[in-house]
Amino acid sequence: MYEALRLSALREGESAYVTEVSAGPAMDRRLADLGLVRGTRVTCVLRSPAGDPCAYLIRGALIALRRTDADGVALERRVQEVAAGAVAI
Amino acid sequence: MNRVALAGNPNVGKSTLFNALTGLRQHTGNWAGKTVATARGEYVFEGREYQLVDLPGTYSLAAHSQEEAVARDYIESGQADAVVVVCDATCLERNLILVLQVLELTGKVLVCVNLLDEARRLGIQVDLPALSQRLGVPVVGTAAGRQEGLDELKGAIARLVEGDAPAAARREPRERVTLAERYAAQVVRGERADRLRRQRRLDRLLTSKSTGIPLMLLLFGLVVWLTVAGANGPSALLTALFARLGEVLEGWLAPAPVWLSGILLDGVYRVTAWVVAVMLPPMAIFFPLFTLLEDLGYLPRVAFVMDHAFQKCRACGKQCLTMCMSMGCNACGVTGCRIIDSPRERLIAILTASLVPCNGKFPTLIALITIFFVGGRTGALASLEGAALLLATLVLGVAGTLGCSRLLSATVLKGMPSSFALELPPFRRPRVGEVIVRSVLDRTLFVLGRAVAVAAPAGAAIWLLANVTVGGASLLAWCTGFLDPFARWFGLDGVILMAFILGWPANEIVLPVMLMAYLSAGSLVEFDSLAALGRLLTQQGWTWLTAVCAMLFSLFHWPCSTTCLTVYKETGSVKWTALAVALPTALGLGLCFVVTAAARLLGVG
Repeated sequence: MYEALRLSALREGESAYVTEVSAGPAMDRRLADLGLVRGTRVTCVLRSPAGDPCAYLIRGALIALRRTDADGVALERRVQEVAAGAVAI
Repeated sequence: MNRVALAGNPNVGKSTLFNALTGLRQHTGNWAGKTVATARGEYVFEGREYQLVDLPGTYSLAAHSQEEAVARDYIESGQADAVVVVCDATCLERNLILVLQVLELTGKVLVCVNLLDEARRLGIQVDLPALSQRLGVPVVGTAAGRQEGLDELKGAIARLVEGDAPAAARREPRERVTLAERYAAQVVRGERADRLRRQRRLDRLLTSKSTGIPLMLLLFGLVVWLTVAGANGPSALLTALFARLGEVLEGWLAPAPVWLSGILLDGVYRVTAWVVAVMLPPMAIFFPLFTLLEDLGYLPRVAFVMDHAFQKCRACGKQCLTMCMSMGCNACGVTGCRIIDSPRERLIAILTASLVPCNGKFPTLIALITIFFVGGRTGALASLEGAALLLATLVLGVAGTLGCSRLLSATVLKGMPSSFALELPPFRRPRVGEVIVRSVLDRTLFVLGRAVAVAAPAGAAIWLLANVTVGGASLLAWCTGFLDPFARWFGLDGVILMAFILGWPANEIVLPVMLMAYLSAGSLVEFDSLAALGRLLTQQGWTWLTAVCAMLFSLFHWPCSTTCLTVYKETGSVKWTALAVALPTALGLGLCFVVTAAARLLGVG
């Protein structure tokens, strides 16, 4: 079972896998440079005081993204992981 | 001589490695025709000379930014006999993407897995031989900050430049990512979750809703307080020392004509000595503390916490980093704007860079705060009060920056905020020794040297202005008299305004020029304490309102000559440089006018 969601909807401590990146041509390229492509696992690690931007763990690096950009990244969550609860990182 | 290029992602310790290999044999500058910094350095290994070329740190070689284009063109041009790609051992997977890209351009590649000490602390092990086998190029492990593995690296470079190797076949970007993932999974072992968890706890503490902003103010407040409180003693000591030296010089110059000893002693020497005595101690405290925060990895967290405000102003969160640099020196802040990718947002950051007070303004602000708002008292409590007020001034500078950024976004630099991705590198244990050496050599002495180079001729010019008389009054008196009616509108007087004009080459000399003009003794008179300075200013008609306006104008007025020149170099446009001058000046004059008018209307001025 899979649950679809946007990167911006990922809550602190949760992880999911990227299904599609469409945050505009320049941002898509930047994200690909950072290793964020289809199939990549991302974890939301930090929320800034205003709740935007958030910092995500992408291939071992912590990257801060604004909500408008994170909206452009589609994810799928494997339901077993949801059941197992937030992964503590 | 063999030429070796250093490539790598940002934040992988590339500069540290470059410094460790070349020592002081290096020169920095710009790539020809580009606003991209470059550093070259030499080292000798087994009797042969090597030139090291530090390429800009990039995530990719796709040539989407100036930095990427520079790095790509250089590697492709074949000017380098070998390319060393520096990787962060704690984040190898992402770094391998760039390695694979470089391998498609040239086969003469050496992979340097750096920060092995940090990886050890996190319990991460990298199987270097296995990585070398998979990539088909030599791999060397280093911990450049501890000088580990440098000889092995030099040896591997020496062997590499001898041979020849073809480039790999072109791959699709997705293919590279997949390959990097596979290699990393095969060669990286273990991760100490407890260490990582500690990093995350610290991160949450520094960026969360309840603690992020208070801790940020507290940290900056602490830096400011240590600077204010710590600088008093050494400043007094230096002043006394320079006074003694001045007496000796006076003895030597006794036989010289009065005008000559006037220019040299009262002009050049006294102003230069003032600048050094007042500037050196705060800088020598501020810069190391600031470099320490930088080394720890705290500054990107500040940008993370503050980004929302910048987003609201349609600017880039990285502007926060350039503002931090501006606190040291506005010109450095302007150059630092290169880290902002969007040209529109970079211009906003450049134009507003001088709204953050630099180190050269601190002494004036501190003196005025101490005299007029802390009541000239000294001691721990007073210095705490002083630091709090200086922090408030700094916050006002930040507010001015945000306001002007929003204004620019709505007018001449219309546009929406572009996307941005900011890396928050792991917290690293700062290397205190290196921090001190780097901040003293690269920053303190550099900025002080520039200030002195400006102060010495300015001292002579000011002495001449104050001593050449026309029609019974000095040139300086004519100028201040002319400016006075205008200045009164803004709660200032002719002398204050003239001091800021003459202080264009360096903000540090504003206060000494003021004193020279007030005393009209034609030279900078020694004054032993801030209390004496306070008495003098009060005699000249200063009230708290004058002090507030002088501080506001000190905070917001035209950038110093060095900053103006830097803005021109970075933008290549007279128009933008003029705006960089007009914007803070208008803001300062506007605020002074409003405050003065309000105070007079309320009858409290």
